[in-house]
Amino acid sequence: MKTTYLIAIVAVAILVGAVAAYVFLSQPSSNPANSVFINGAGATFPQPFLNATIQAYHSMKPNVDINYQGGGSGAGINALTSKTVDFAATDAPLSDSQREAAPNILHIPETIGAVTLAYNLAGATGTLQLSGDVVARIFLGTITRWNDPAITALNPTMTLPDQAIATVHRSDSSGTTNVFTKYLSLVSSTWSNQIGSGTSVEWPSGLGASGNSNVASTVTQTENSIGYVELTYALQNNMPVASIQNSAGNFIAPSLTSTTTAVQSGASTLPTGDQSWTGVSLLNAADPQAYPIVAFTYLIEYKELNVIPSMTLEKATAIVQYMWYVVHDGQQLSTSLQYATLPTNVVLINEATIQSITFKGQTLPVT
Amino acid sequence: MARRITGDKIFQVVIAAMAASALVILVLNAYVLTSGSTIVFGAFGSDFLTGTSWNPVEGRQAFGVLPYIWGTLLTSGIALLIGVPLSLGIAIFLAEMSPKSVRVPLSYLVELLAAVPSVIYGLWGLFVLRFWSLNYIETPLNQYLGWIPIFGGTPGGLDVFTAGLILAIMIIPTIASISREVIAAVPNSIREGAYSIGATKWETIRHWVLSYGRSGIFGAIILGLGRAVGETMAVTMVIGNATGPRAMVSSLFDPGQTLPSLIANGFIESPNPLEKSAYVGAGLVLLVISIVINIAAYLMVTRVLKIKGGAVE
Repeated sequence: MKTTYLIAIVAVAILVGAVAAYVFLSQPSSNPANSVFINGAGATFPQPFLNATIQAYHSMKPNVDINYQGGGSGAGINALTSKTVDFAATDAPLSDSQREAAPNILHIPETIGAVTLAYNLAGATGTLQLSGDVVARIFLGTITRWNDPAITALNPTMTLPDQAIATVHRSDSSGTTNVFTKYLSLVSSTWSNQIGSGTSVEWPSGLGASGNSNVASTVTQTENSIGYVELTYALQNNMPVASIQNSAGNFIAPSLTSTTTAVQSGASTLPTGDQSWTGVSLLNAADPQAYPIVAFTYLIEYKELNVIPSMTLEKATAIVQYMWYVVHDGQQLSTSLQYATLPTNVVLINEATIQSITFKGQTLPVT
Repeated sequence: MARRITGDKIFQVVIAAMAASALVILVLNAYVLTSGSTIVFGAFGSDFLTGTSWNPVEGRQAFGVLPYIWGTLLTSGIALLIGVPLSLGIAIFLAEMSPKSVRVPLSYLVELLAAVPSVIYGLWGLFVLRFWSLNYIETPLNQYLGWIPIFGGTPGGLDVFTAGLILAIMIIPTIASISREVIAAVPNSIREGAYSIGATKWETIRHWVLSYGRSGIFGAIILGLGRAVGETMAVTMVIGNATGPRAMVSSLFDPGQTLPSLIANGFIESPNPLEKSAYVGAGLVLLVISIVINIAAYLMVTRVLKIKGGAVE
């Protein structure tokens, strides 16, 4: 009988404790009057850059707390479509079917990505040079050895081993894969017919690794391998990367400069923020100094913020002002983190897009 | 008196509810997986089970899980092939041959292996084991026996064989410690009987002890198999993560994929409903395989318990 009472008392105590904890924890701990909490999710590629802007913005406006969770472009799009986050980021623009599922969504390119081909060739000196077509054939598995005539012809001064090529690709769904396979589809009709492009594809050869950092480490550890990683990761890990032949015929090493050049050259005709961005391509830009595998990465947001259930006027204003900061002063943080800065024409488009965001039909102050 | 009955009744209801929660969780799991995979089964029907494509590209979508069922069974098979003899050796040594000063610490050590998180095994596999596997097992086998299809291809270290090897290491503690219990539970009268008719130690163990405990040992193996089938993290890190027809590997030295690694790689980000449904469908197939294995294990273990109950110590 005593035990029964004891159980009952413990149960009641736990219940009271849980209710109390809920009541206390659900109240914002500091400065409840005007604190604003914003949640974002999505692409991992711009995450270091976004985190830096979030920190810098928080030190300017201490009452705005922004939490950005990675998880990938697809996860970000899913979260914003189901309205469980306040904004999202994605490397791949929304497809038509995704735009239907999340109507009135805006694209705000916030920084620029370049996909590099990092390789591991022990003993090789000099920089590997590849053309788009040869890259496609390597990843198709039709060029299987490093001393294949197609590769040696592009690298007359390099001694290439008589070894099998191990290709490394992303095993998770990824914006990086989307950019890379779009490029391969553009330069190789075989690729476009057999494989196509998307955030994940049916790879005809090679090893799969999850995330940019795992692809980078797999390439570093596997002799005679080649894999595609974002420029930031290649630069940070000091990996040898191939120079890729651009549309002018020059072999261009990936760098912040050659990336920005590609954007200036390729971004002459861009849609507005509320239109579809699937047709936007910075690939194979015409400038003779442009690196050919370059793409925007986007913040995405609803044009009318009131569709997100947890939205308030304060939050909506904070989101708009944060985005304004990211495409303006926030860009200064990008170079030290190895991201390319947005050219002026893109910033102008972004200004119009951010100014068009409303809350209950009301426009919001951007500064 | 009346109050006690009320208290007991409440207790009984609470406890029953707790017990029911296990069933509810399983049913919910099965329901979510079944309802989540209706789209993919509707689109591909039984082709989902027999197809080999895994193409998420919009406009070319095709999903079939056969290569990953094959990969799951193959890696688990390799794991059993390597892990079972080793585990039985450990179990026999611990239960029959070792002095007590060795038995106690070694038993702890074997059980401690089970406490190592799988991501640690995965990291060790990625940074250490794959090179040992490549240099000392795969390359020689490929060089001298490469004409046999299963040893053909180009060994790379991140492949089905290495995944099987790491699974073997991971299931050893399960199989070894249960088998040790089973062998220790064999009544001494059995051993005495064997010795009395002149059997050697080897003959006693081989023909009497193992034979007496065989259903229990089989149960242990099935439990190990259950772990191998469901293991995700370590496998994903070393198996090479191939998808599509080439994941239907013919050589052990090709990169492949298991059902859990397929789901771990793709599910979180899968952006469109059909693809997401395909991953849920793969989960359903995995659940069915796991349930079949666990029911088998349950039947075997209850059988051995019956034997133990009837035995005279």
